[in-house]
Amino acid sequence: MTDEQGTSGAILVVGGGISGLTAALEAAEVGNDVFLIDRNPSFGGRVAQLNEYFPKMCPPSCGLEINYKRIKNNRKIRTYTMASVSSVSGGPGNYEVSVEVAPRYVNSNCTACGDCAAACPDEIDNEFNFGMDKCKAAYLPHEMAFPRRYVIAKDALSAEGGEAVKASCKYDAVDLDMKSETITLHVDSIVWATGWQPYAPEKMDNLNFGKSDAIVTNMMVERMAAPNGPTGGKIVIPGSDKEIESIGFVQCAGSRDETHLEYCSHICCTATFKQMNYIREQYPEAKIYVFYIDLRTPGKYDKFREKLMADENAEFIKGKVADIEVQGDGVTVIAEDAVSGAKVQQKVDLAVLATGMQPSIAESGAPAGVNLDNNGFVLSDYANGIIGAGCAKKASDVVTTTQSSTAAALKAIQVSRR
Amino acid sequence: MDKKYCAYLCSGCGIGDALDMDALAEVVTGEMSMDCKTADCFCGTDGRALIEADVGEGVNTVVVGACSPRVMKNEFDFGDGTITLRANLREQVVWAEDKPAEDEEPHAEAAEFLNETAADYMRMACTQAQKTELPEPHKLENLSRKILVMGGGIAGLTAAREAAAAGYEVTLIEKDDKLGGKANDWRQSFPTKSPWTDLEDNPVAAMISEVEGDSNITIKTSTEVARIAGGPGAFRVTMKAAGTETEWDAPAKVTGEERELIEKGEMENPNASLVDYMEADPNAEIHGAVVMATGWVPADVSEYEHLGYGAIKNVVTNVEFEKLAKEGKVPANVAFVQSPGGKDHDMDFPYCNSVTSMVALKQAQYVCEDNDEGKAYLLYQHMRTPGSQELYYKAAQQNDGIFMTKAAVTKVEENGDKLKVTAENTLLGEDLDLDVDMVVLAAGMVPTTKEEDTINLAYRQGPAFIDLDLFDGYADSHFICFPYETRRTGVYTCGGVRKAETIDEAIDDATGAALKAIQCLESTDRGVSVHPRSGDKTWPDFFMQRCTQCKRCTEECPFGALDDDEKGTPLPNNTRCRRCGTCMGSCPERIIGFTDYNIDLIGSMIKSVEVPEDDDDRLRVVVFVCENDAYPALDMAGMRGNGVNHMVRFIPVRCLGSVNMAWIRDALSAGMDGAMLLGCTYGDDYQCHFVKGSEIANKRMENIGETLSTLGLESERCATQQVAITDYDKIPQIVNDFVEEIVEMGPNPFKGF
Repeated sequence: MTDEQGTSGAILVVGGGISGLTAALEAAEVGNDVFLIDRNPSFGGRVAQLNEYFPKMCPPSCGLEINYKRIKNNRKIRTYTMASVSSVSGGPGNYEVSVEVAPRYVNSNCTACGDCAAACPDEIDNEFNFGMDKCKAAYLPHEMAFPRRYVIAKDALSAEGGEAVKASCKYDAVDLDMKSETITLHVDSIVWATGWQPYAPEKMDNLNFGKSDAIVTNMMVERMAAPNGPTGGKIVIPGSDKEIESIGFVQCAGSRDETHLEYCSHICCTATFKQMNYIREQYPEAKIYVFYIDLRTPGKYDKFREKLMADENAEFIKGKVADIEVQGDGVTVIAEDAVSGAKVQQKVDLAVLATGMQPSIAESGAPAGVNLDNNGFVLSDYANGIIGAGCAKKASDVVTTTQSSTAAALKAIQVSRR
Repeated sequence: MDKKYCAYLCSGCGIGDALDMDALAEVVTGEMSMDCKTADCFCGTDGRALIEADVGEGVNTVVVGACSPRVMKNEFDFGDGTITLRANLREQVVWAEDKPAEDEEPHAEAAEFLNETAADYMRMACTQAQKTELPEPHKLENLSRKILVMGGGIAGLTAAREAAAAGYEVTLIEKDDKLGGKANDWRQSFPTKSPWTDLEDNPVAAMISEVEGDSNITIKTSTEVARIAGGPGAFRVTMKAAGTETEWDAPAKVTGEERELIEKGEMENPNASLVDYMEADPNAEIHGAVVMATGWVPADVSEYEHLGYGAIKNVVTNVEFEKLAKEGKVPANVAFVQSPGGKDHDMDFPYCNSVTSMVALKQAQYVCEDNDEGKAYLLYQHMRTPGSQELYYKAAQQNDGIFMTKAAVTKVEENGDKLKVTAENTLLGEDLDLDVDMVVLAAGMVPTTKEEDTINLAYRQGPAFIDLDLFDGYADSHFICFPYETRRTGVYTCGGVRKAETIDEAIDDATGAALKAIQCLESTDRGVSVHPRSGDKTWPDFFMQRCTQCKRCTEECPFGALDDDEKGTPLPNNTRCRRCGTCMGSCPERIIGFTDYNIDLIGSMIKSVEVPEDDDDRLRVVVFVCENDAYPALDMAGMRGNGVNHMVRFIPVRCLGSVNMAWIRDALSAGMDGAMLLGCTYGDDYQCHFVKGSEIANKRMENIGETLSTLGLESERCATQQVAITDYDKIPQIVNDFVEEIVEMGPNPFKGF
């Protein structure tokens, strides 16, 4: 099925995380028509997975709620989830973009009553929680999900599961025969706000991620700390009910490393200080060890760092972690202290890898018309109305991301006014 | 508008299973005298068609009793001419039923309780429908689309260029006699592209000529803002020759109390030589929005005595060194000191952000370029080269002339005609003594707003942005998600005045600020609000005949939207207003309101709640809920099956700041037994989208608690709680605990009077 749409002056924003939401809204509130697409079943991107933002320690869903409300109140924005760009042709002022919308297996009749999930016997790894728990194969990604519509992982559905899910829906919203659709959009310019993914921790052999439950990533900690996360807000060694007595933060897990990500991911140092806050609330006595190269907490973040570095039970070791060794219970973090020259072997109950930010687009490859730099970051081409925003453009914190996405909105609007 | 009502009760999503729909419909048709229809799925095609058919037949005010107003917004949008109100029967009634624990029997009247709750929400929604009106946007007769850009440095040049490229006229003012700002003195600028290893030509000259050649941009050098009056769409900008004083300079802030003292002759008027703040300058130039890019000044680093700045020749700042490098050759042996703390701390110089690490790397490169045997020593605590700037740092590590170590610099002293730098805790395993020709201190970039008013507004609340000490004097936003929000509508800041930024960052930042300025004037042109209630067509209406000039609204508005006359009568500026309703909440005369949100409307909703007498199982507690955070949290609590006591009735409000204490009195005099406010965190890390709402509401509630005591009512019947949107597991407990307390206190003794 094909559906063609678009008006003059329209902008396509690819990616509906905080960056894409911002670019779309800022442009639409000037008065331009905007199409906002995301490949996931709901918007919000990475920040939706975060428990709190540094340094205010406030929940990201607070800002997302305002942004979702702005979308709901603005008829200039059309949104598509489970949608990705399949081809781009034309040029600035008259791009024709094919967008493939993957089947959700739940149609617009869905009222989000939840009966399908209740009836569904099949479970899948909960991707939103990095597989730390299960969710039903018919599911709402999370309570804040926008749009609030269920989605079905059809591949994971058993024959009985399929029947049960269909039978449970009073509104005829389950459609297991749904096919992918292609829509064609006519737009003047395209904002690429495709965001980032945590650098795959399995790629760092020396850090032994996956070899022990006691080695987790910083993003997993965010989910554990969240009240709607897999552990109801409690930071634990996954699968264990042991109280955490010691925790090691491994900075630059992948970043500033020529064999992995050669650049600095910008946010991981401050994120670790944020997570120290989480740990302190739950484990007032736990020993905290932070292994770092430099503490990159510039500007206002330095005050945040100062407060947390005053923690008497926290130790900061300047030295990149060489190995993490796995024992029976717990793990040993090994590094060389760059100041004293001593080799440090610190046994901890939980090691947190401060994994870096990799542009999502780096792995999937550059879409038509988009130039990427060596590391996969989008290079804006303003003349051609191809505009990078947020972490697709450079590794950055949320403030910088929303600011650069606001700038992207103007660059996009300019194309329509040439 | 001649209203024709119809209510629609949805029995879907379990609502019909839990509630007696016929009885509920009778409440609507009987008590509320409204037509009422029931179906099992109003959001579906058939359900919507039913409502649409009625709208086609003339129904223009629709009440939907179904799911939360936060969902199905499009499905229940029947166009601009139709009012739609929602009663949240699903998330906050049926799904939020307080179910008994597994081993407990349900209350014998549990089903009745639930029906009573649902009936009250329908009564409130129907009342709201009767009391609300379609808003007419407030439009300016003469709106200016011209944008004022203050400051002609990199940020200002960019804002001007980018706004002009979108078709807007710009006035660019610069207090210096030429454009370019600080960047005029930069020899080269940082790499901005792959491979991130090469310095680039300073872009400022090219940017200046671009701006000078742009017919949309009017440039005024040697010019400053004397004052800015008015608001978005029609700012009245008085300009003056830079460095001069005029009678049109912005008046200093004078509080209400001070004004009385001045009138009595007990205090000198600080603004005696200035034209009154409300007087319109006939020569003012009208602009629609303002971008403030007034930049920064180099920090004074003479306070760090051990580093010798000001006392020892050849100890210079990074800015001074750059100028030297631009004008000629730099010395061959130079130490760059990044952190001033010695052994005491490892912080950078204040106001550095991550800029000065890059500056030091760049300047170290000059040392090697200018001298065959050049040696640059970088002494840092933490090298801060975020993102791809790391690659420039890495390249510098490969440069034989650049030597870098973590170090605590404890002393700089003269040593013959050289300088001796002493450092400890280095990566070399030993202390360090360096003999160098020059020492460069990584001084920070202090925003112009730290010491000066800068924006110079002729506003009742004073000429400057307020509470900037929260941001160390930067004109920044406190909202991580919304970095351009200032507390002065229509004024957007960028560049060094907002944070220490590289050229690349300042260009991005200024482009965003230009967008916000454009967006503000376009929204103003449509007569709608800007962030966070973007698109809101309502505005506060004042019934001035009853104003007692108490000045509370003028003083409490978080955005300084209200000016006043000499008697203190408020003079609203609708285009500055963010529609939070803090003025409405502040007004003891209850004369401020919006078409769809006012004292009578909410008061009537409260009074529409049925308050049974002599029934301890049926006390009533009204909870005013911030619609931005606490209300969504309640929806999620319902989704998670967290039960709320059946005696509670929630009323969403735009912001706690808009809660007028008349509503608390209405509730208690209607016989309700308690009243609670649920809003956002306040204090230094405030989360209130309207900055001050929850804080102000808390103060008002403390005061009303005292009033209650004088009437013989327990002050604990009123409470305020700070919650976050993620407190969905806690909020029901907070509310239920409050109900418990009320139950223990017993019913409101005035019930039935």
